[in-house]
Amino acid sequence: MRLLRPLASTVKQSRLLAVLALAIGGPLALPACALAGFITPESGGSPNANAIDSLYKIILYVAAVVFFAVVGVLVTAVYRFRAKKHPVALQIHGHTRLEMGLTLGAAGILVILAIVTFVKLPSILDAPNSRAGADQVLSASLTAPIPPSGDRLTICVTGRQFIWQYTYDLGPSRSADCNKSAYFSRLPYSYQEMYVPAGVTVDLLIQSRDVIHAWWVPALGGKVDAVPGYTTYTWFRADKVGAVYRGQCAQLCGRQHAFMTALVKVLTPGRWAQWIHSQQALIAAQNGQVAQLRQLLIRDGSLTSSGNF
Amino acid sequence: MGTTDYALRPVPQILVHEVRGQRTTKKWLDWVLTTDHKKIGIMYLVLTFVFFMLGGVEALMMRTQLSVPNNTLITGEHYNELLTLHGTTMVFLFVVPVMAGFGNYFVPLMIGARDMAFPRLNALSFWLLLAGGIVFYATLLWHPPEAGWWSYPPLSSRQYSPSGGQDAWIFLIHLTGISSLVGAINFYVTIVNMRAPGMTWGRIPLFIWSILIYAVLLIIALPVVAAAVTMLLTDRHFGTHWFDPTDHGSPVLWENLFWFFGHPEVYIMILPGFGMISEVLPVFSRKPIFGYKAIAASTIVIAFLSTLVWAHHLFTAPLPIVVLGFFMLSSFLIGIPTGVKIFNWTATLWRGSLVMTASLYFAIGFIVIFLIGGITGIFLAVFPVDWQLNDTYFVVAHFHYTLMGGAVFSIMAGTYYWYPKMTGRLCNERLGKLSFWVMFSGFNMTFFVQHALGLSGMPRRIYTYQPGMGWSTYNLISSIGSYILAAGTLMSVFNFLRSYKHGQIAGPDPWKANTLEWFTSSPPPDNNFDTIPRVRSVEPMRDIRREVERQTGVLQKTGGSEQFART
Repeated sequence: MRLLRPLASTVKQSRLLAVLALAIGGPLALPACALAGFITPESGGSPNANAIDSLYKIILYVAAVVFFAVVGVLVTAVYRFRAKKHPVALQIHGHTRLEMGLTLGAAGILVILAIVTFVKLPSILDAPNSRAGADQVLSASLTAPIPPSGDRLTICVTGRQFIWQYTYDLGPSRSADCNKSAYFSRLPYSYQEMYVPAGVTVDLLIQSRDVIHAWWVPALGGKVDAVPGYTTYTWFRADKVGAVYRGQCAQLCGRQHAFMTALVKVLTPGRWAQWIHSQQALIAAQNGQVAQLRQLLIRDGSLTSSGNF
Repeated sequence: MGTTDYALRPVPQILVHEVRGQRTTKKWLDWVLTTDHKKIGIMYLVLTFVFFMLGGVEALMMRTQLSVPNNTLITGEHYNELLTLHGTTMVFLFVVPVMAGFGNYFVPLMIGARDMAFPRLNALSFWLLLAGGIVFYATLLWHPPEAGWWSYPPLSSRQYSPSGGQDAWIFLIHLTGISSLVGAINFYVTIVNMRAPGMTWGRIPLFIWSILIYAVLLIIALPVVAAAVTMLLTDRHFGTHWFDPTDHGSPVLWENLFWFFGHPEVYIMILPGFGMISEVLPVFSRKPIFGYKAIAASTIVIAFLSTLVWAHHLFTAPLPIVVLGFFMLSSFLIGIPTGVKIFNWTATLWRGSLVMTASLYFAIGFIVIFLIGGITGIFLAVFPVDWQLNDTYFVVAHFHYTLMGGAVFSIMAGTYYWYPKMTGRLCNERLGKLSFWVMFSGFNMTFFVQHALGLSGMPRRIYTYQPGMGWSTYNLISSIGSYILAAGTLMSVFNFLRSYKHGQIAGPDPWKANTLEWFTSSPPPDNNFDTIPRVRSVEPMRDIRREVERQTGVLQKTGGSEQFART
């Protein structure tokens, strides 16, 4: 092991490096809230976001070790083996056992990360209360995660340039076209600001009416593309009453992509029911006014009876 | 005194005699009509550096817009145009063809050939690239495309992108695609058929391995994107509905086709850079490359795996979970051969005798930066984590660490290394090192904070943002960093321009390098070599130096750094 011999004399230096690594890596061990958004993703709004966050942190620790190990060797090499200090280079072409060992080591790290991911996956995919195992859930995004207790709220999220529309509580017709059911079943809807009851598992059906958008509220879990022609699904359960979560469209969708934002406001279930009723009443009142205006315009002659100008 | 005075000492060399063909009196016509691989290579390099500058200016404009919240400098429309121009320019008009430029110049020289296999086809490659660039940049006079370099439909469909800019983009993909395809076939044929006697597959330089694999990947990936953009074109103008969801078409089909091309493209852009690093490190470590076979094999394995990982760009798209799992594992797998390379490069430095030239600075900087880009790639490969990070600035940081840090730093290392061969003059080493430190710090300042931006929820491709989101400070740091990075890049560009007239004369082999391009004069004559030596190892020039030493008794030190000693 001629190649490794200098390592022995660098033990002191590597100890120094270890201290350095600890000094830099130490803050990684701080509580998530202090660093969320700096070296870890946002979380704390919903169990799936928290699960993603903890998975991310495991990878982060492994990554930090690999990074400091490689950079440590690199810096040591540059420091110790400059021509001035080390005039004669060692003429070797390789070291099969060392190479095999490190390759297997790298593979081993990745196997561990893969296992950790699949162990963590159900807590990210499955809505709470769900009895369905990960294998019964075909997809994170193609099949709706339904908690069997039935204690859930379904909201249809429809993306369009450049606003999100939310249609609440689709009930049994949940797989139908969101716009149609909103219209025919006179479901309440809102734009940009979504209101949800605290502690209730919310299923989201995500659709698009024009180009591809992506639904994303970081603290409430990962993002899901809204692709025209497809319905995708995700879920969250926000427990903190009064919390407001920000998000915005993550897929380039046109010139005002930057302004396609979303707000999720968490109310107590009671307040939420009140809000839904008032929203429904408001929509009905507005529809009534529009119908009146339409009749007026038809009588006036500026609209045909089919509603064209 | 610089580290390069040894170059002026008389050293016995086997030189070539200039053979000049019939020349026209007009010098510019000489360049237009040339089929000489070296001239074409130079034209490639100059043209792609011009596009690099243009793409850089576009990047600076975007960073300026983002430096403060609610900035009104650039509108959403122009910002989208800029990001499309920047991405498309850097990918199709800079990184891919700049590698072809280096390949053009150095493949024949490194394998001991007198030209490429098909010299006229080679010229066609270059002129098609220029045509693609002109078609694309001409849109500045009308409406540049604004659907991003992925151009996902329906946003890129006629309904949402009615301007001809999108069609110009399609035309650019076709023109540069044919250019690269023709070039790739040329590289493949040249490398397979025209190697010097004795240069078996186990003895070809690692840069040649990487260009060979680059060519194979281009041949695999380019037809797919050519088909995809043709389908987009017929969707836009001839009434088909491949990607039209209102008529049973699927935007996800485009996503799959595009990234089936797009991910091998990533390795098309970086593998030749890996090759350059594998040439530079052993020369300046005065030590053979550590694990030649492992590096060559890992290049092949990366290329193979790169065709099996495309859907990791689609983790948030409607795909079954089992598909996501497969693509997570395949993306993990590609980390292993990449890790092998990083390990072998580090081990090449270990116990070497490092001659700290600007080229080596860039090569070592490359390893550090690419290591970070590789590690963040593992984060993104874990699909549940990707659900948080996809389409955010974390991804922007990741691929700039691999492409800007990876490809550009290796290109810089390669340029400082080969500049004396191409021009006959040495660059200013001190300015080169200064440029490295400015670029390295500017680069990390620009892109490291972008990880934090993505983690704190900033999506990509937004042209402005509100104050109070926690993004303002990071964005300002990043924007300042981008100007430092630009300043560092300009230092090197200035260095290259100035050294062309004022650099020290380099001589045929200033670095005491290992490969055959150093066997001829600098710059090489039209015919490259008078005689082509028989190759007996992966380091033919070392063998030749040793042979000269044996015959003349003049010491041709190769294992130490004597010839680099300061006077």
